[in-house]
Amino acid sequence: MEPQLSWYLALSAVLFTIGVTGVIIKRNVIAMFMCIELMLNAVNLTFVAFASFFQDVVGQLFVFIVMTVAAAEAAVGLGIIISIFRNRESLDVDEASILKL
Amino acid sequence: MEDNLLSLIIFAPLAGAAINWFVGRRVRDERFIGVVACGSVAISTLVAFYLAFRTGGALRSETPVLDHIWTWLQVGTFRADFALGMDRLSGTYALFVTFVGFLIHVFAVGYMHGEPGFYRFFAFLNLFMFAMLTLVLADNFVLMFVGWEGVGLCSYLLIGYYVDRKEAGDAAKKAFITNRIGDWGFVLGIMLTFFVTGSVSFFANPAAGEAANTALSFFRNQPVDPFTAGAILAGGATSIAVLLFIGAAGKSAQIPLYVWLPDAMAGPTPVSALIHAATMVTAGVYMIVRCSEIFVHAPTAMFIVAIIGAATALFAATIGLAQNDIKKVLAYSTISQLGYMFLACGVGAFIAAIFHVITHAFFKALLFLGSGSVIHGMHHEQDMRRMGGLRKYMPVTFATMVTGWLAISGIPIFAGFFSKDEILWKTWSAPAFSLPSTTFSKLLWAIGALTAFLTAVYMTRMMVMTFWGEERFRDTHAVKHEEPDAHHGPVVPHESPRVMTIPLIVLAVLSTFGGLIGVPYALSSIFADRDVNVIEHTLEPVVAHVPGGEHAVVESHEPAVTAPVETHAAEEISAERMFAGLSVLIALLGIGGGWYLFRRRPLLEMPRLLENKYYVDEIYDTTLIRPIEAVSREGFWKILDIGVIDGILHSIGDAVTEAGRLARYLQAGFVRGYTAIILFGALILIGLFAFTWAFQVATQ
Repeated sequence: MEPQLSWYLALSAVLFTIGVTGVIIKRNVIAMFMCIELMLNAVNLTFVAFASFFQDVVGQLFVFIVMTVAAAEAAVGLGIIISIFRNRESLDVDEASILKL
Repeated sequence: MEDNLLSLIIFAPLAGAAINWFVGRRVRDERFIGVVACGSVAISTLVAFYLAFRTGGALRSETPVLDHIWTWLQVGTFRADFALGMDRLSGTYALFVTFVGFLIHVFAVGYMHGEPGFYRFFAFLNLFMFAMLTLVLADNFVLMFVGWEGVGLCSYLLIGYYVDRKEAGDAAKKAFITNRIGDWGFVLGIMLTFFVTGSVSFFANPAAGEAANTALSFFRNQPVDPFTAGAILAGGATSIAVLLFIGAAGKSAQIPLYVWLPDAMAGPTPVSALIHAATMVTAGVYMIVRCSEIFVHAPTAMFIVAIIGAATALFAATIGLAQNDIKKVLAYSTISQLGYMFLACGVGAFIAAIFHVITHAFFKALLFLGSGSVIHGMHHEQDMRRMGGLRKYMPVTFATMVTGWLAISGIPIFAGFFSKDEILWKTWSAPAFSLPSTTFSKLLWAIGALTAFLTAVYMTRMMVMTFWGEERFRDTHAVKHEEPDAHHGPVVPHESPRVMTIPLIVLAVLSTFGGLIGVPYALSSIFADRDVNVIEHTLEPVVAHVPGGEHAVVESHEPAVTAPVETHAAEEISAERMFAGLSVLIALLGIGGGWYLFRRRPLLEMPRLLENKYYVDEIYDTTLIRPIEAVSREGFWKILDIGVIDGILHSIGDAVTEAGRLARYLQAGFVRGYTAIILFGALILIGLFAFTWAFQVATQ
C-alpha cells in the first residue's frame, strides 16, 4: 500500500500532541526541552510531507530554516538550563518561579 | 466706480502699524515713530479728502467709489468680498475719522513723550485706524464685522496699555467682554440678514461679479413690519434691527452695556479721545444709519433705540454731574451724547445723528485732548479736586477747552448747538411712525432738553473746578506725590508743548465753526434766503426715510432736492426757530446755574448715589457677575469639569489600572502555567479559524 499524505499528517499530529503534553506535564527542564524539539520536528514532518505532496521545494526550505532556528534555540536553551542548574542544583522548573509579582 | 486708491486709506495705517511694530521697536526713536504714525494717517486723510471731493468723488456724486480687493468668502450663494465702498455716508465718516485721528496722533506724540512703550502705543493706534477705516468703508456686513472686532481688539490693547497697572488690565477685559455681549447680537443680526435677504453686501458691484441686489436694497420693496412687540421675534426686519442694535449698544456704550466706557479711561488720554470719544464708540451709530433701510421697516426696533438712547442720555448725564475725575466726567458725557445720537436714530433723524457724531467728534476730541493737556501739565493728576485756577498756567489749553465747553453746552455758533438742536427739534416733530403716539415725541424731547441742561451744568462744573477758583494743587501735593513723581519737585502746572497745543487749536476752530455745515434752513433763513444745510443735502440720498416723516411731507410739496427752499412750511420754520431759542435758553440756564453753584463752592459734595454711579457696577456684580462666577465655580468647574470631564478621564485610567492589577495574577512565575496559556491561546485561534472555515463551507 502506497503511503498516503494523511498518514504523515496523522503521525505529525500525534508527535505534536505528545510534545505539547510533555511540555505541560513534565517538570524536568531537559524533558520539556526535548518535548519542544519533538513539536518542532512534528511540524518539520508536516512540511516535508506537503512538499512531497505538492512537489514544491519551498516546504523543504522551511525545514532547513526551522532546523537552524532549533539549533540556535538549543544552544541558548541549554546555556540557560546549565546556568539554572548551577544556581539551584535542580532542574525542576516549578522551583524556578521567582520571576513573578 | 472702481478706484484702487480707496484701499490706500486703510492700508496706509496698517503699514504704519507694521513699521512701528517691527522697525520702531528696534529704532526706539520717538521722532521716527511719530513721523511714521502721523504720516501714515496723513496719507489716509489726504486720500480720503481727494476721493471725497474730486470731480465725481464720493461726496459729489450719487454713485459710491468702490474698490474690490479680492473675493474673500464664497460658499454657495453666500458671498463676502474684501471690498471697500465709499458713498456719501462712509465718505463723511472717513473724512472726520481720518482728520480727527490725524490730529490726535500728532497730539499723542507730545503726550506720550518719554514713555517706554512709545512704539507699541503708536503701532496699536495705527492698527486702530486701519480697523476703524475698514469698519467704515466695508462693502458688506462681514468685512464691517472684521473692522468692528478690530477696533474692539485695539481698544482692548490700548486701554490696557499701562501693563503694570492692574486697573488698566481689568478695564481692558471689561471693555472686551462687554463688547462681546453686543457682538453676539451683531453676529446673529448678520446671520439673520443673510437668511432673510440672501446677501450681506451694502453696495451692488456687478463689475466685480456681485449680485445686483444687496442686503439693504432687499428691504426697499418690503412692507413695513407691524409696530408690535411680537415683531421682535418674528424673524423679519424688526428682529434684524433689534439684533443689530444690541451690537450697536455694546460698541457705543448704551444702557445696559455702557459700563465699560468709564473704566476705559484707564488708557492714555489720546486713546480716550480717539477711540472712546470721537470714532470707535460712534461705530454703533454708523452701523444703524448704514442699515437705516432696515430700521425704517422696523418701527418697534426704532422705538427701542429711541427709548434706550434717551434713557442713556439722561442717566449718564446725571452721573456725569457727580464725578471728580476729569476724564470720568468726559466719559459719562460721551455716553450721554451717544444717547442723543441713538435718540435721533430712533425717531428717524438719521442725518441729525450723523451730524451730531461729527460735531461730537470735534468737541469731544478737543475736550479729551484738553483734559490730556491738563493731566500732562499737572504731572498725571486727574482729580479735579486737586486742580483749580489753571487758567493762568495753561492759557492755550484753557482757551481751546472753553470752545469745547460752549460747543457741548449748545451755545449758538459753536458746533454742538446746531447738531443738538437739530436732534431735539427732530425729536419734538417726530412722526408717530416709530412711537406709539406723538406724546412720546414730546416726552423724549423733554428728556433730551433736561439732558441738555444737565450737560451744560456738569461741563460748567468741570471747567470751573479745573480752570477757575483757588489753586488747590499746592496744598495736596505733599500728600499725593510722595513716591514716584517726587523728582518733579513742587507741582507747578505748565502749558503743554506746541505739538499738543496745535491740534487743540485746530479742533477748537472745528468745534467753533464745524457746525456751520449743518445749519438748518429755519436758522439760516434769518440771514439769507438760502438753504445751507450741506450735511443734510449730502447725506439725504444715502439714508432711508421714515414713512410719514418730515421728509415725505417735503417731497410731496416739491420732490426735487435741487430747489428745497420752497419746501419749508412757514409755521414749521417759526416753530423750529422757537425751539432753537429754547435750546439756547436751556444751555444758558445750565451754564449760569452751574457757574453760580460751583464758582462759589467748587468742591460741593454731590449726591452719593450719583457719585457712586447709581451703584450699577455693584448691581451688575451681585446680579450677574457673582452668580455667573458661582455657577462657573460650583457648576462648570466642580461638577462639569472635575466631575464629568475629569471623571471620565480618571475612570478610564482607573479601569486600565484595575485590569492590569487583575492581569498581574497571570504572572504566577510557573513556566508550565505560561505554556498552558500559550496552548489555550493557540487552541482558541485554531478554533476560530476552523469555525470560520466551517461557516464558509456551510453557507456556500
